[in-house]
Amino acid sequence: MSLARAITTGDLTQLPSRRDEDWRWSDLRGLIRVLPAPSPAHIGAGTPGPFAGLANREVVIVNGYGPAAIKVAAGETQTLALRFIAARDAGAHVARAAIEVDAGATLTLLESYEGEGTDYVVERDLAISVAKGARLERVIIAGDDQDAVSVSRADIDLSPGATLAQTVLTHGGKRQRLETHVAHPGAEASVRLDGVYVLGAKRHADLTTVVTHAGANGVTDQLTKGVVNGQARGVFQGRIVVSPGADQTDAKMGHHALVLSDRAEVDAKPELEIYADDVACAHGNTVGALDDESLFYARQRGIPEAEARAMLIGAFLGEVVDRIEHDGARGVARAWLAEQLGTRP
Amino acid sequence: MTTMLSINNLHVSIDGKAILDGLTLDVPVGEVHAVMGPNGAGKSTLSYALAGRPGYEVTAGSATLNGDDLLALEPNERAARGVFLSFQYPIEIPGVPALTFLRTALNAQLKARGEAEITAPAFLKLVRAKAAGLKMDFDMLKRSLNVGFSGGEKKRMEILQMAVLSPKLAILDETDSGLDIDALRIVAEGVNAMRGPDRSMLVITHYQRLLDHIRPDRVHVLAAGRIVASGGPELAHELERGGYDQYAKVAA
Ligand SMILES: Nc1ncnc2c1ncn2[C@@H]1O[C@H](COP(=O)(O)OP(=O)(O)OP(=O)(O)O)[C@@H](O)[C@H]1O
Ligand SMILES: [Mg+2]
Repeated sequence: MSLARAITTGDLTQLPSRRDEDWRWSDLRGLIRVLPAPSPAHIGAGTPGPFAGLANREVVIVNGYGPAAIKVAAGETQTLALRFIAARDAGAHVARAAIEVDAGATLTLLESYEGEGTDYVVERDLAISVAKGARLERVIIAGDDQDAVSVSRADIDLSPGATLAQTVLTHGGKRQRLETHVAHPGAEASVRLDGVYVLGAKRHADLTTVVTHAGANGVTDQLTKGVVNGQARGVFQGRIVVSPGADQTDAKMGHHALVLSDRAEVDAKPELEIYADDVACAHGNTVGALDDESLFYARQRGIPEAEARAMLIGAFLGEVVDRIEHDGARGVARAWLAEQLGTRP
Repeated sequence: MTTMLSINNLHVSIDGKAILDGLTLDVPVGEVHAVMGPNGAGKSTLSYALAGRPGYEVTAGSATLNGDDLLALEPNERAARGVFLSFQYPIEIPGVPALTFLRTALNAQLKARGEAEITAPAFLKLVRAKAAGLKMDFDMLKRSLNVGFSGGEKKRMEILQMAVLSPKLAILDETDSGLDIDALRIVAEGVNAMRGPDRSMLVITHYQRLLDHIRPDRVHVLAAGRIVASGGPELAHELERGGYDQYAKVAA
């Protein structure tokens, strides 16, 4: 059962519903009564994406049409802009791509979900493999429209000694699910899995991650922070499974959110399932309001309330953005954050 | 002699509980007044109420700065008019470097007063000079504001902010607590350097030691939400000997 199946078969009973434990805060069956018409074919983009100028290679998939297989050869270093565009005339479509990062290669993957249309319904599926000793840094700006429904799913398969660093930045959609599944071999492979959500009005974003440690000596470090305002809803579901035999796993998970209005909501479900021995696992989850004392302190120094709020929220979320390793991407992420908060970067 | 700060019959409640109970106090332009009093008397409440902290409800009375109604203004507007509060317990702000915070504050005040923003080089020059005067390590200002600072470092940081923002009315709430002997002298010198004919100060303290360095023009005793005695600097010495018991009756 998935949105992709519902789109390809036209059978709405294939939609995940709130009766599915993993979808209870992001119900699609109750939301989608009719699917829009299939998205027409397109080739190429007319506009530069959010990471314009940073990549040495660009792959554009518009309305689900575009190259489907991307390969980074052994030992190569690449910065790739991967753009999923839902064009102005987008209806329903599934976009798929597969990325192979060969042994010892380094890929910076600058991914953007660009909603030029409005009430489209799309699924984006990515299958990624990161071979022995290879490195992948993935920075995603999910720029869906406020009336759009989307599910973006990445299945990432790591080999021993591989490194994955990921940062998802989103301002949500009408209903937006951003899912990452990592098959972690242990074996000195390391994962950083971060997210930032800034949601206002009636937007929704669901950041769901599943990391399965299959072997010993693996590291996972996860930090997600979000801010919700208006009637927005943020969802964080983080699951780390430490399988039998995945001893000496070092896993950390943090999710922290600020709720800025009475009608906004954050639902969080951090789960650590540990079946191995000698494991260092820690998780922290906080959901609260902006600190009144800090706000008053800043205002006492002369900073107007709106500016003080934006400064404090920016500092709160900035901790995650600062973990982005690629300098150019970090700059774009800071600018994105400033734009969301209405401040100067 | 014009009055900088004029407080008349001020009543302040927190969560419906009356804390200040008819407090009256005038601070003329250019003068430094000390406020002393037992724990829980309402000294911090007075400073927060003057600064406009939300939740500090003024139920009666008035407070004016140079004749303007302070109580009608937002906290940031009060700051832009020249009210500075050195917090008894300074706040830590993770993720905001002290320099960024201070520059944002200074520019916000300048903007509110219709003045031009300060340039980055001019700002750095100003802060370097003030930090050197307070024997502060400039690199510390690149760290998140007050995060991981020692108690004494936080108090110095308050005085640095005061020096940079150059307020008209400085309220120092127990700026001496937590300072070692050398730091106390340095901070007091920093405060004295800011004394001037256009600036007034309200110095809240428990100890004579600070007042040995900062010679106040007047000393007031705040007990149970009111000023119960006022006098010259010698009043602080009397308190040091006799304690606050002598005022318990007056307050009750
Ligand atoms: N949020 C609050 N709710 C209820 N009572 C409060 C609150 N804040 C302060 N108070 C009370 O107000 C009274 C005055 O407190 P305040 O902090 O002004 O005293 P102070 O004179 O500054 O004392 P100290 O010398 O210990 O700093 C105290 O009894 C205190 O418990
Ligand atoms: Mg106090």
